[in-house]
Amino acid sequence: MLEFFNDPKVAEQLGYLVKHVPFAVWETVYTTVVASLFAYLIGLPLGVLLVVGAKDGIHPLPLPLMQAVNTVINLLRSMPFLILMVLVMPLSRVIVGTTIGTVGILVPLTVASFPFVARLAEGSLREMDRGVLEAAQAMGCSTFQVVWKVLLPESLPSLLSGFTTAFVTILGYGAMSGFIGGGGLGSMSLQYAWNNRKMVVLYGAVIVLVILVQIFQSIGSHLSVRADRRVTGRGGARGSRKQQPRQEK
Amino acid sequence: MIELKHVSKVFPTAEGGFHALKDVSLTIGDGDIYGIVGMSGAGKSTLVRCINLLERPTSGQVVIDGADLCAMGQKELIAQRRSISMIFQQFNLLMQRTCLKNICFPMEIARIKRADAEKRARELLEIVGLPDKADAYPAQLSGGQKQRVAIARALACDPKILLCDEATSALDPKTTRDILRLIKDINGRLGITVVVITHEMAVVEEICTHVAILDHGRVMETGTVEQVFSSPQTEAGRRLVYPDGVRIEQLPAANVIRIAFNGGSSYEPLIASLAIDCGVKVNILGADTRNVNGQAFGTMLLGLPEDAGEAAKAVAYIKNQPNVTMEEVRDYHA
Ligand SMILES: Nc1ncnc2c1ncn2[C@@H]1O[C@H](COP(=O)(O)OP(=O)(O)O)[C@@H](O)[C@H]1O
Ligand SMILES: [Mg+2]
Repeated sequence: MLEFFNDPKVAEQLGYLVKHVPFAVWETVYTTVVASLFAYLIGLPLGVLLVVGAKDGIHPLPLPLMQAVNTVINLLRSMPFLILMVLVMPLSRVIVGTTIGTVGILVPLTVASFPFVARLAEGSLREMDRGVLEAAQAMGCSTFQVVWKVLLPESLPSLLSGFTTAFVTILGYGAMSGFIGGGGLGSMSLQYAWNNRKMVVLYGAVIVLVILVQIFQSIGSHLSVRADRRVTGRGGARGSRKQQPRQEK
Repeated sequence: MIELKHVSKVFPTAEGGFHALKDVSLTIGDGDIYGIVGMSGAGKSTLVRCINLLERPTSGQVVIDGADLCAMGQKELIAQRRSISMIFQQFNLLMQRTCLKNICFPMEIARIKRADAEKRARELLEIVGLPDKADAYPAQLSGGQKQRVAIARALACDPKILLCDEATSALDPKTTRDILRLIKDINGRLGITVVVITHEMAVVEEICTHVAILDHGRVMETGTVEQVFSSPQTEAGRRLVYPDGVRIEQLPAANVIRIAFNGGSSYEPLIASLAIDCGVKVNILGADTRNVNGQAFGTMLLGLPEDAGEAAKAVAYIKNQPNVTMEEVRDYHA
């Protein structure tokens, strides 16, 4: 065991890991956060549109429009994301001026993820009880108010757990984008480690990725459960925080 | 006043269209508690949803206090809806909001200041008997409590009209009665017009002043509850008013009464004590009663003795019983 660490090659790679992992983690997290943000900026409204504008939705929109939106999303979703990212690289050059590195990968990553996000959000929003939406309409809510004050807040637990899935998926996409010039842990393992046969770096980077995913998944699941008011007696934080102090009043 | 004028509703289907409402005309006076009864699928929900235009009638008019809702633009309609509240079988509360915030919701929509809204919401919680549930989430409440919160929410913006679509159908008989009492109390105190949709005659009997019987999308008969219950004019009416399995033509020509039990002690003791206290023997012609926790619900048809004096004694005795209503059954043989 000790011999393994004493091997100069291994020691050198470990040194590389210690030196470069923090920045790579930062790049990966940064890319994922920003791309997720933009993917939701586009995908969430699309998800709302798909639910609200559907034939049985609260504000049916012209069928051709809905079909067009659905077709575009399906088309984007059916393309392997790596190929899609390569395809939209010219767009990246136009928008952010580069196609490589952390910044260069943001546009392709966003384009590759927002259709997925739209479908995820659509699924979450469809779970919403139709009766509650009608109750809101009966109270005189406009369509916008129904969406903003009822549909989205009531779907929050499901949206949060969907967000966790999306975030982890986008993190994975970002890592894979190491193949096409993205930065972060992906580029460390795919470009540097793999091409130079630095197996210790490769495994090290993978282990860090796994840990990152675990962390984000746990945080996301925790937030989703905490936000869920539909089930009583779940989540210790809620019982103690919400109820006891208030009942004294 | 709510006036439905020749309202029809056709749902598009593969076979060309389903007529859920056929030429329905109804007038509901201010302050009435108006029951709309019918079997499942009769079109009751569709009808009540036409009153606030959640469902747009295919033809006809919905006129409230002289204004035709169908002719209104979206803005006007939204404003009008704020004076028409609705409660539902499934309560339809916002699960992610506390009770207090649920009650605040319609006031939020009406842009009432938050502090004022919360003050009013607490008053309303008091009125519906849940002052300590302000910070509870709906998931922590029983069905009856949820419906109370829904009622409080419905009252938040001082509506003129309260629509209740099977509001007690998901509740047990005891809770049903409590909720119905609350609705009646609110009607009395605030003068709100109440439209009660139900498939249970007992509900109508308990609180309604007027009733319309709906069958296959058509209004079969309307009138005060006494009128319709004592002498239903149509087959659909009789089917709903009389216990299952009673054939009108087999009843004796006279001296038949119908009693409804609204949760008093169960019916055997009544018949027995009628015999013991008055010495009058009655004949049970048909019964459709349930015993729930020692309380009787349902209806029964009784044949009274031929002797007019004895019959009068029995009627007086039954009229004095708490939680029992009765009316004479008219003769249909003529
Ligand atoms: N959106 C709809 N599309 C097609 N048919 C409908 C729709 N809503 C209701 N119906 C039909 O109209 C009839 C009356 O429904 P409803 O008003 O819900 O009855 P009730 O409330 O009296 O049980 C039912 O046969 C139902 O299947
Ligand atoms: Mg119904």
